Amino acid sequence: MAKVRGAIVVDVEKCKGCGVCVPACPSNVIELNKEVNGKGYHYSFMARPEACTGCTNCAVVCPDGVITVYRIKIPS
Amino acid sequence: MDIAIKDIIKKENLVYTKTKLMTDNVLSYCPGCGHGTAHRITMEVVDEKGIQEQTIGIAPVGCSVLAYEFMNIDMVQAAHGRAPAVATGIKRVMPEKYVFTYQGDGDLAAIGTSETIHACNRGENITIIFINNGIYGMTGGQMAPTTLAGMKTSTSPFGRDLHSMGNPLKITELVAQLPGTYYVTRQAVHTPAAVRKAKRAVRKAFELQAENKGVTFVEIVSNCNSGWKMPPVQANEWMEENMFPFYPLGDIKVDGELVKK
Repeated sequence: MAKVRGAIVVDVEKCKGCGVCVPACPSNVIELNKEVNGKGYHYSFMARPEACTGCTNCAVVCPDGVITVYRIKIPS
Repeated sequence: MDIAIKDIIKKENLVYTKTKLMTDNVLSYCPGCGHGTAHRITMEVVDEKGIQEQTIGIAPVGCSVLAYEFMNIDMVQAAHGRAPAVATGIKRVMPEKYVFTYQGDGDLAAIGTSETIHACNRGENITIIFINNGIYGMTGGQMAPTTLAGMKTSTSPFGRDLHSMGNPLKITELVAQLPGTYYVTRQAVHTPAAVRKAKRAVRKAFELQAENKGVTFVEIVSNCNSGWKMPPVQANEWMEENMFPFYPLGDIKVDGELVKK
């Protein structure tokens, strides 16, 4: 079966660190960063990037639309 | 064989990005506020239907007063509560355009009740998108008509007492009774599944507007984590436990007929 891998890119300066994307991720990929952005928010990032399937759940639920999702199929 | 992240992040693998119909301005809303998601799904529908040049939005007074800064379409900002009246005028002058209002509960269900009810009763061919968070968010979390029984706000610090402060208003059920409304539904935007359903509802509302069926009314139950004094994720959980039993999600009126519960 072909494997699906995904990745997200967070617009760090626009992320407000609300954390709504964290429970929305079915693969438990996203966490809030210990670092802060220019406004002092703990922005979200891929803590376990190898588990991301690019399902777009995080981007769909993000109130500020800061998440961009990429997905690739890897033929086995 | 594993693949590097930089090989996944390529233009040809893009599956989701913010629609071009949302401007690059940083949203003025608090972290976790449902307004941003509601803006985005509305603009995604406009984008997917390819009606950017035929759509006119009416911004309200409230937190979303600056909606015209974020939605990359033609917009008018109406006086407090008067968005359905302004939308009526625009739609009657330009019946070929898609006209929608975007209002909060303080705007639509308090000061604008008269405009809302009469526009819905006249059956104007407009779409009303109504964000209900049960509180006046912009002015500092005062009690709204939609505030739940027992809910604490800055003007009801011991909880809303039904005896002295009256009952919460289900304005969506109210307008569904009127003959002018054709499609009335209640949605939410706190989980991915709910967002996708809400987007389908907004799409249906725009499609029915093109058929001149009457008012299409989409309520979106949303959070107000600043007004409710909770972190965003906890506010969403509180909303599921407390708001949804009183404001149940789902269609209320479909094809001009009330949905029997």
